[in-house]
Amino acid sequence: MKTQILLDRYVSLKWYNSISIKGVPLIAIFFLVLGCSTEETQTVVNFTEITMQDDFDTDGAPDSSIWGYDIGNGPNGDGWGNQELQYYTDRPENITVNNGHLIITAKQGDFNGSGYTSARILTKGKFEQKYGRFEARMRLPYGKGMWPAFWMLGADIDSNPWPACGEIDIMENAGSAPTIISGAVHGPEYFGGSPILKKYDLEDDRFDTGFHVFGIEWGPEYINYYVDDVLYNQITPADVTGEWVFDKGPFYIIINLAVGGLFDGPPNADTVFPQTMLIDYVRVYKYNGLN
Amino acid sequence: MVTSSCEREVSDEVQFATFSNNPEVFIDGFSGGLEYFPFGGSKLDAFSVDSEVRYKGEASMRFDVPNVGDPSGSYAGAIFPDYGGRDLSGYDALTFWAKATKAATINEIGFGQDFGENKFLVTKNNLRISTTWTKYIIPIPDPFKLTVENGMFWYSEGPENGDGYSFWIDELQFEKLGTVAQPQPSIFFGEDIVAESFLDIVGLIPAPALTQTFNLASGINETVTAAPSYFTFTSSDVDIVRVSELGVLSPVGLGTAEITATLGGVKAEGSLTLTVSGGFDFAAIPTRDPNNVISIFSDTYTNVPVDFYNGFFAPFQTTLGGAVEINGENIIVYEDLNFVATEFKNPTVNASAMTHFHVDIRIDESIDSADFIEVELGDFGPNGAFNGPDSDDSSGSVTFDSGALTTGQWISLDIPLSDFTGLTSTGNLAQIFFISDATISTLLVDNMYFYTE
Repeated sequence: MKTQILLDRYVSLKWYNSISIKGVPLIAIFFLVLGCSTEETQTVVNFTEITMQDDFDTDGAPDSSIWGYDIGNGPNGDGWGNQELQYYTDRPENITVNNGHLIITAKQGDFNGSGYTSARILTKGKFEQKYGRFEARMRLPYGKGMWPAFWMLGADIDSNPWPACGEIDIMENAGSAPTIISGAVHGPEYFGGSPILKKYDLEDDRFDTGFHVFGIEWGPEYINYYVDDVLYNQITPADVTGEWVFDKGPFYIIINLAVGGLFDGPPNADTVFPQTMLIDYVRVYKYNGLN
Repeated sequence: MVTSSCEREVSDEVQFATFSNNPEVFIDGFSGGLEYFPFGGSKLDAFSVDSEVRYKGEASMRFDVPNVGDPSGSYAGAIFPDYGGRDLSGYDALTFWAKATKAATINEIGFGQDFGENKFLVTKNNLRISTTWTKYIIPIPDPFKLTVENGMFWYSEGPENGDGYSFWIDELQFEKLGTVAQPQPSIFFGEDIVAESFLDIVGLIPAPALTQTFNLASGINETVTAAPSYFTFTSSDVDIVRVSELGVLSPVGLGTAEITATLGGVKAEGSLTLTVSGGFDFAAIPTRDPNNVISIFSDTYTNVPVDFYNGFFAPFQTTLGGAVEINGENIIVYEDLNFVATEFKNPTVNASAMTHFHVDIRIDESIDSADFIEVELGDFGPNGAFNGPDSDDSSGSVTFDSGALTTGQWISLDIPLSDFTGLTSTGNLAQIFFISDATISTLLVDNMYFYTE
């Protein structure tokens, strides 16, 4: 069965040939050559049983049964450890559901000592899951200093502080690079400025002019990263430079739009405010045990 | 195919007229239909096809910018049109690779210039190039406008600090990059400008300064100057101000109207609120006896020969403008004033029998406390030629600070020549300067003359 699992993963990855697969036994490649159907309809969708879905169809505040807020500029007042410049609020002008979309708006203007406001929501204590497929369809903001992110933290963070709890970054973008997103993991000995990260560069298009699906498929000892129908990376224990902390328990989801910080630096004179991050849906599927 | 209705299909013979959508301008040679016309006064042989230096393929475009004083031309500049017309509506930018023999700044480079209406002219001003091959992107302000375009490429570049140099352009083509996004059109420098004008007078209306800005894949905002025809202008009251398709504003009625614009459906930043008054308010007509007057600039008297009303002294002068005619009357309008000179040295003026210098000035902008206008007279001395300091030249000036200036009306200045401290002679006067050091931007001037009472 082990061989079959590897084969399936290799098949689904093969079509997106930017992948380097580590440790695939020769026997798997042998089977592939002989038995693989080469239809171009191969997709990254392997998990189909939905466990959480928010299509943002009800105008107003986000569904409180799924989402909570992080408010302020971080527990230590240091921009969430990243020198971010915004103050997160739950005000409708920073976060609201309207016309089928969750809208997070970064605004310029002094508020509680910060020069910008924005929003950050999370499913901590409301929806947490180990393994599965996590995806969101979004249109990103643009401009230097924009740092939109769709990511996850280990639900044991309160007893097992970051980075030991683990962090899975499904999508991060620097507003100064409108065609590039990245996916990453942070854990013990690979965190902060040294995550395990891979960039994905959208060809002939940008992430701020239309919607794209950002997702992971996460199972035992692997996390596959994709944008739309392109699987662009797989991270396994062999890739991380420390302990693999992604098989220990559930994670929760965070969506936020930071301003400034260590990822893209501060906004500049060309950065247009306000900036909006639109989320069409967030969907989570159950791990099916097969991959 | 099954059709149950009576509709007829389009027959095979139907052909719609289409223009070439060939994106290539110069890859390894002239693309089909492309022509080369240098500007008059430019170095006519500045352009050549270079098969030695090239980014890719067989050849590149080489441009040799002349040194100052080159008898073959004072600058390099040309258009590259295709008078067959091309449909560029499927592209979003003109792109090329370029390098130069030294880091330099190309004054103007773009497309849409065809020696005709230049209706969809696009100019990238001050393009920085370096000694390494680099790709440059000049966005199309609104591709939908370019269904029949002739102007494929144009440029104009002068010597840098007096020195010529060479640059190369290769792989010049229109592309659909897909990453030219987030348009930010702008008119009137993106500012909400308030100005006054007068019935049927076009000359005094601020220039609209039309630009389009896109965010590129690099994350950098690229701004180009775009022709008026890319924009759709709106006047809030067409009975007061009308805007032509070419962006020309015409005050046609009394009152106030706001001019705004859109480009490709995106509202342009900036506006002009123009209040149109009745007839233009001219300075009072001088009444002094012509026998007691030596006139430099006036419709009342016979003026002495004047070389110019604006010397455009490079490189420190910013002042634009000069003499303009308004409904048959002549005045001088200076804009972006820092300093400006009127010169009359052929021959110089002997005003030794005169006692005063008269000038009427008008400032229509608000006057801040630090604002001033300095009037300076220059005398070239017995040799009648400009020699500068430590010569027989002399000069002196009188400054009018903000307390002496009033906005929105003509200010009549009668300055005793003895007040121009340092002016040791008035026998060979040749220059009148107005200096504001940019504190006052727009200055109207009329009736400059020397007189005795």
